[in-house]
Amino acid sequence: MSDSAGITESTDTAASTETAESTEMNMLTAINHTLHREMARDDRVIVLGEDVGANGGVFRATEGLYDEFGATRVVDTPLAEGVILGASVGLAASGLVPVPEIQFLGFVYQAFHQLAGQVARMRYRTRGRFHAGITIRAPFGGGIRTPELHSDALEGQLCNIPGLKVVMPASAADAKGLLATAIRDPDPVLFLEPLRGYRLIKGQVPTGEHLVPFGRAATVTEGDDVVLVAWSYMVEVCRRAAGKLSDLGISARVLDLRTLVPLDTEAITSAVEECGRAVVVQEAPRTGGFASDVVAEINDRALWSLEAPVARVSAYDNPYPVGLLEDDYLPDVDKVVEAARRTVEAS
Amino acid sequence: MATQSRTELLAAYRTMATMRAFEERMHIEFAGGGVPGFVHLYAGQEASAAGVCANLTDHDVLLNTHRAHGPAIARGADIFAVAKEIYCRGEGLCRGRGGSAHLHDTKNGLWAANSGVGSGVALGCGAALAARTRGTGGIAVALVGDGAVNQGVVSEGLNLASIWKLPLVVVVENNGYGEATAAGYAIAGGGIARRAEAFDMPGVQVDGSDYFAVFEAAAAAAERARRGKGPSLIEVEVTRFFGHFEGDAQTYRSRDEAERARRERDCLANFRRTVVAEGILDAGELDLVDTDVADLIDRVYAEAEAAPYPPDDELMEFIYADSL
Repeated sequence: MSDSAGITESTDTAASTETAESTEMNMLTAINHTLHREMARDDRVIVLGEDVGANGGVFRATEGLYDEFGATRVVDTPLAEGVILGASVGLAASGLVPVPEIQFLGFVYQAFHQLAGQVARMRYRTRGRFHAGITIRAPFGGGIRTPELHSDALEGQLCNIPGLKVVMPASAADAKGLLATAIRDPDPVLFLEPLRGYRLIKGQVPTGEHLVPFGRAATVTEGDDVVLVAWSYMVEVCRRAAGKLSDLGISARVLDLRTLVPLDTEAITSAVEECGRAVVVQEAPRTGGFASDVVAEINDRALWSLEAPVARVSAYDNPYPVGLLEDDYLPDVDKVVEAARRTVEAS
Repeated sequence: MATQSRTELLAAYRTMATMRAFEERMHIEFAGGGVPGFVHLYAGQEASAAGVCANLTDHDVLLNTHRAHGPAIARGADIFAVAKEIYCRGEGLCRGRGGSAHLHDTKNGLWAANSGVGSGVALGCGAALAARTRGTGGIAVALVGDGAVNQGVVSEGLNLASIWKLPLVVVVENNGYGEATAAGYAIAGGGIARRAEAFDMPGVQVDGSDYFAVFEAAAAAAERARRGKGPSLIEVEVTRFFGHFEGDAQTYRSRDEAERARRERDCLANFRRTVVAEGILDAGELDLVDTDVADLIDRVYAEAEAAPYPPDDELMEFIYADSL
């Protein structure tokens, strides 16, 4: 990315920051903290969505914004996703910087035309005369017993819409650094927040200016027998799986893609070249998922480095199941360990 | 009628005559195979866009429909660039990548011509909210057709505009058919204008063959929006002289419906009759406008047909601000 002057290069393992000062936050707090900072930094930023204002958001992600910035910048909308995203295009084209929230990612189906037919295409359709710099925040994913449409991992569908960027942080620090980059980015960004990670994922978060560039994967666990490629909450699952694999004498590397569009194909390629084996882990159903794309990229770029077929661990090809069934449906540590073990034993 | 000067009325006639001549010529050129891609012609509906746009300022935004040519001309977009865009040429309004149904001209407050029908109401809510937030004094006008009013997003937008009292005017051009489906079949509730009542906003129905009726309704709605009183809905009853798209066999309407409309509901002829009868303009000066317009249209089409296509290597540009 070269369009935002404030963006600094990050290393593979950590994002660059203005100062070394940091404090522990969970992912939700990091998101809230970043929204406060970005709204204070740029008065064109407007947050809108269902219950984001006076209520502070169903998960508290927008808590305090309404009191600090007022009703003209933190706007409660009716439950009407189509017009939330459609109006965001109008706001963006008028020079404002909308940050709409889709309360659960599954609800974006109500607005799919606005997203795929309007938000994503404005720049291309008008050859840059018109564009929609919008950051759409949406919690998604399973593991907290929400019903279907509150849990689905739809990123594969979203990555198949040219014009959108798809950002999926896995750590509290990245949630801050990637959200700040998204809000300052001139393109539409889907910023997907893992529900399970909101309070569970914690870490040191730089308290000052902190930007993580798009398209840079991060190695979160070192290893050289097999690389586990993942994004969002599946990074946490892979990290735990790597610990178990270590007990089995297998050295697993964990690569966090951080952003799916743009995709860091170089990091994937070099990890596969160095490890010779790969497992791609996604929370979404198997068929047509983004993991398939990662496998295809590995085939294109690193096929001759492979010592075993690339494995995929995913959910099953069924609608999101309710209640305890999600424990069977979702990829977990044991499934990742098993796939990695088979991959290592395959040759 | 008294609200517009003689000069303004002469300009309105020129606008409508230009829109008409542009589309009559497009009909011929399309049949001849010279136009790449689909076109939806606006002929017969001219008084609607002309009457609405005569009430707009530079601060305002018009959200166009897929039947985009006429409203683009009425809003003041460069007619040469409009034609080149329809011909998908590099010098078009959107450098030849928007085409007939997606004419945008941000310089002239012409936005989001849209084949996703009804979306203009949602985008218009954003434009109207932004105008109020930024204090520009501008309003947004969303032009949609009768076919769009059953889209959910139109109801979402009307509701939002009402609860936020947005400076938005929704103009529904009811030409009787959403593609081939009759409005009388598709629209519940006794008409489009009546839907406004449910959203607590004024809703009026006007005769789109009468420029003055459209102008006055649009003036009232624009004034209300500018005073911060909130949105309005105007249903303009029009007849399209051609099919839904060029090539449409029009099996859904009687063969003489368009011909009868040309004889009895031609907004251009009605306008001429009125201004001449009332002694505001004379037939000779209107004839001069017609001659001028015919010459302009010849030049516009000659230039568009001769204009270069955008280079193929632009295919992957403008997807993102910078290449990924």
